[in-house]
Amino acid sequence: MASSERKTIDLEQGWDFMQKGITKLKNILEGEAEPQFRSNDYMMLYTTIYNMCTQKPPHDYSQQLYDKYREAFQDYITSMVLPSLREKHDEFMLRELVKRWENHKLMVRWLSRFFYYLDRYFIARRSLPPLYEVGYSCFRDLVYQDINVKVRDSVIKLIDNEREGEQIDRSLLKNVLGIFVEIGMGNMTSYENDFETEMANDTAGYYSRKATNWIVEDSCPDYMLKAEECLKREKERVSNYLHSSSEQKLLEKVQHELLSVYASQLLEKENSGCHALLRDDKVDDLSRMYRLFCKITRGLDPVSQIFKQHVTAEGTALVKQAEDAASHKKPEKRDIVGLQEQVFVRKIIELHDKYMTYVNDCFQNHSLFHKALKEAFEVFCNKGVAGSSSAELLATFCDNILKKGGSEKLSDEAIEDTLEKVVKLLAYISDKDLFAEFYRKKLARRLLFDKSANDDHERSILTKLKQQCGGQFTSKMEGMVTDLTLARENQTSFEEYLNNNSNANPGIDLTVTVLTTGFWPSYKSFDLNLPAEMVKCVEVFKEFYQTKTKHRKLTWIYSLGTCNIIGKFDAKPMDIIVTTYQASALLLFNLSDRLSYAEIMSQLNLTDDDVVRLLHSLSCAKYKILKKEPSTKAITPTDVFEFNSKFTDKMRRIKIPLPPVDEKKKVIEDVDKDRRYAIDASIVRIMKSRKVLDHQQLVMECVEQLGRMFKPDFKAIKKRIEDLITRDYLERDKENPNIFRYLA
Amino acid sequence: MRRSANRRTVLQKSIGLNSSSATSDPYRSGRSVSKEMENIEILFGNYADISSGDIEPAGIESLCSDISISHTDVRMLLLAWKTKAKRQGYFSQYEWCRGLKALRADTLAKLKKALSDLEKEVRSPQNFLDFYSYAFRYCLADIQKNIDLETACELLNIVLASQFPSQTKKLIEFIKFQHEYKVINMDQWTGFLRFCNEINFPSLDNYDSTLAWPLILDNFVEWMLERQN
Repeated sequence: MASSERKTIDLEQGWDFMQKGITKLKNILEGEAEPQFRSNDYMMLYTTIYNMCTQKPPHDYSQQLYDKYREAFQDYITSMVLPSLREKHDEFMLRELVKRWENHKLMVRWLSRFFYYLDRYFIARRSLPPLYEVGYSCFRDLVYQDINVKVRDSVIKLIDNEREGEQIDRSLLKNVLGIFVEIGMGNMTSYENDFETEMANDTAGYYSRKATNWIVEDSCPDYMLKAEECLKREKERVSNYLHSSSEQKLLEKVQHELLSVYASQLLEKENSGCHALLRDDKVDDLSRMYRLFCKITRGLDPVSQIFKQHVTAEGTALVKQAEDAASHKKPEKRDIVGLQEQVFVRKIIELHDKYMTYVNDCFQNHSLFHKALKEAFEVFCNKGVAGSSSAELLATFCDNILKKGGSEKLSDEAIEDTLEKVVKLLAYISDKDLFAEFYRKKLARRLLFDKSANDDHERSILTKLKQQCGGQFTSKMEGMVTDLTLARENQTSFEEYLNNNSNANPGIDLTVTVLTTGFWPSYKSFDLNLPAEMVKCVEVFKEFYQTKTKHRKLTWIYSLGTCNIIGKFDAKPMDIIVTTYQASALLLFNLSDRLSYAEIMSQLNLTDDDVVRLLHSLSCAKYKILKKEPSTKAITPTDVFEFNSKFTDKMRRIKIPLPPVDEKKKVIEDVDKDRRYAIDASIVRIMKSRKVLDHQQLVMECVEQLGRMFKPDFKAIKKRIEDLITRDYLERDKENPNIFRYLA
Repeated sequence: MRRSANRRTVLQKSIGLNSSSATSDPYRSGRSVSKEMENIEILFGNYADISSGDIEPAGIESLCSDISISHTDVRMLLLAWKTKAKRQGYFSQYEWCRGLKALRADTLAKLKKALSDLEKEVRSPQNFLDFYSYAFRYCLADIQKNIDLETACELLNIVLASQFPSQTKKLIEFIKFQHEYKVINMDQWTGFLRFCNEINFPSLDNYDSTLAWPLILDNFVEWMLERQN
C-alpha cells in the first residue's frame, strides 16, 4: 500500500470510529452480550489514533484526542458508574465499588492501549499527565471524592462488627482498601488521610470503652490475657486486609488504650497485681506482663520497681528471721557464728537463684531487672545478723564448706556450684575488705592445722574471687597457699640436712612451716618458755635455715604449733595431739607433780587469757588430763593442778583442741586501720593529680576509688582530711575554706 | 631560753640616736621617737629578769598588777599579739619594743589606754582573724601542733566570748563533753571562728555538714540539734 500519501482522517469521522470501539468496550464491561475484541479491531483503533496524531496540521488532532480520551471516562462514569453506586448502601455499595473499580482499571488499560500513541510523544512534549493517570484521576475526582467517606464508615463498621465476633467478608475489605491505596497513584496519602486515621481513632475509642469495663471487672492476669489476645487479633487484622503500614500505628493505639492508660491501676491491683503475682510465683503471668509492658514507653519502670521492692522485702524478712532465731541463742554463744547463720546464708543464695531465674526467664534478661535485683540485694545483704556482719557470715560459710568435715556429703560439682554462688553474693556486699580479712584468717587456720578438705576447691575459689574482685584481693591468699607448698619442699631439705648431720638431731621429729610475713594475718608472738626438748629443735632449725638464706629473720609463732605427746597413764600409754602451748604446760608435770596456776603461768611466761584457756582445755573439758583442785568448772588463779594418771580412753590417740580466741574484734580493728591508710592514700593520690579540689568532689572521687573494697564513711574521710592537713599534705584555700590544695 | 647578750647590744645600737634608721613613720620627728624608745626600754628594764634579759612570767605578773589588768584578761593577749611574742609568758626586748612602739605607749598609763582601745579596734574582721589565729599559735608549746582541751576552752573564753557569747558557751560545753578529740588543732580553731561568723545561731539552719567543716563542728551541730529536739 502507498505509504507516503494517506487519506486525511477528519476529526469527527475518526472520533466516530473510536466511539464505536469505546461503546463496545463499555458493553463488555457492563456484561452485555458483546463479542470480545479481536486483534484486528484493536489494530484499527490504534492505527486510527496514530494516523490522526501524525497528520499534518491542521489535521493533527493530538490535543483533541487527549481531551476526548478524558471525556470518554467522564461520560461513562457520570452516566453509568455514579448512579449505580449511589443507589446502594453498606456492604452492597462496597461490592459495587469494587466491581466498578475493577472495571475502570480494565477500561483504562484498554483505552490506553488504543490511545497509546499519545503517551509516546504528545504528553512528553506538553508535559501532560500520562494516559493511565488521566484515567485514574477521573475515577478519583468523580467517584472517589464523592463516596470515600461513606465507604470508610462502612468499612470501619464492618471491622467493629468483626471485633465483636461477627464473620465478615475479609476479601471484600481487602479489595476496598486496595482502592484507597491504588487511588493514591504511588503515595499512601489517600489511604492514610481518608481511611487510616479515622480507623485508628475508632479503634482507640473501641478499646477505650472495653478497657473501662475490663479494668473494673477483671483481675490483672485476666485483663492481661485479654489485652494480649486483642493485640494478636489486631495484628491478624492487618495481615488479613489492612495495609501493612497500618500495623504499628494500630498496635500503638491499642497498647495505649489498654495498657498505658491503665498501667498503674493494673499493676497495683490489690490481690492480683504485680506484687501479688510475685508473691504467688505466677511465672506465666509475669512473663506476659513483661511482654506487654515492654512495648509501651517506660512501661517496665514500675514493674521493675515493684520487683525490686518485693525482692528487698523477701530478703529483709530472711534477715529478720535469722535475727529472731539468733536472739534465742545462749548468751555465751552470742558472738559465735552458728548454725542458724549458715542456714541464713544458704537461704540468701536460694533467694538469689530464684529471682535470677525470674530475671532471665520472665523478664528476658532485661537490664532494668538486673539492676533492680542488684539494688535489692545490696540493701539486705549488708545487714548483719546477731552482731556478725554479712562479710563475716559469708567468710564463715566458705570456711564450713572448705574445711574437713564441712560438706563431705556434697559432690564436687555441688561444692563448686555453691562456691560460685557465694562469690556472686560478694558483689553485693560493700565491706569486701572485711570479708577478705575474715576469709584470710580462716584460710590460715585451715592451712596451718591441716583442716583443708580439698586443695582444688581452695584454689578454685581463689580463682573466682580473683575474677570478681581483682588480683590485689587474692594476692595475699595465693601467697599463703604457695607458702605451704614451699614449706613442704623446705621440710624435705630439712630432713636431708638432719640425715647428713647426726649431731644436729633434736631428738624429736620436727616439722617447721616457714610463712612469709606479708601474706599471712598478723599473729602476736609471745615469749613462751619452751620446754628444754623443744628449745633444741628451734636451734637446730635455725642453723639449718641459715644454710639456706642469710637475709631473713625467723619469728617463731608457738601459738600455731601442734604437738604429739605420749602420755604414760596407768591404764595405757596414749598419743595426745595438742597445741604447743598445751604441750608446754603438760611437760611441766614431768618435773613437778603438782603445780599451781601461778607457777604454771610464771614458768610458761604466757598471759592470763592464754593460761586460763589452755588449762581449761586440759582439765575441765572432755578429756581431763590434769586434775584440778577444786574441781569446779572454771579456772581461777588459785587452782592447783596435778597430772591425772588415772586418765584413759578407749581410743589410743586423742586430740585435745584448744578453742581459738575470738578473732572478730581483731579483724575489725585491723580492717579499720587498713581503711584509714587506704583513705589517706586515696586522698593524697587524688590531690596530687588534681592539685586543687573542692571538698565534695574530693569526697566523691575518694568514695569511687575505694568502692571496690569498701564504702568509706563520710566522717571517716573528713577525719583523714583533717589529719592530712595537720601533717601538711594539704591546706585549705585562703579565700574559700571549702577548697583544698595539695602541698608538695 | 637565754637570749644572747649580743642581740641586745645590737638592738641598742640600732635604736640609738640615729633616728632616721630607727623610725618607719615619716611623720614622726626624730627627737620624739628616740625619747619614746628610751622610755619603752626603761619600762622593759623594770620588768625584765636580770639573768635572762627577757621579761619572764614573774615580770608579767608585776606588770599586770601595775596596770591592774588580770593576766587572763584579753588585753594581755592583745599585748602579746602586738608584740608578736613567740613564747607564752615571755617577752624579749625586741618584741616588747616592737609592741609598745606600735601602740605608741611609752608609759604604763598610755599602755593601759592603748590596750583598751585595741580591744575595740581588734573587732574589725581582718584584724580579728589575725589576732584569733595568733592566739592559738601563742598557746602552742614548743613543737606541738595542738593545744589540750582545757587550754582551748579557756582561750575561747578569752578571745571569742565577748563577740559571740552564746556560741562560745555552747562550744566550750560540747568540747568538754565529747570524747573523740583530745586536742584541738589549728584547722579546727580557725573553723570555730568561721562557724561563729557564718552560721545562724542557735537555729543552725544554714549549716551543711557535707561541706568542708571540720568534723568536730559536724559533731557539735549534731549534738546541739539533738538537744533542741
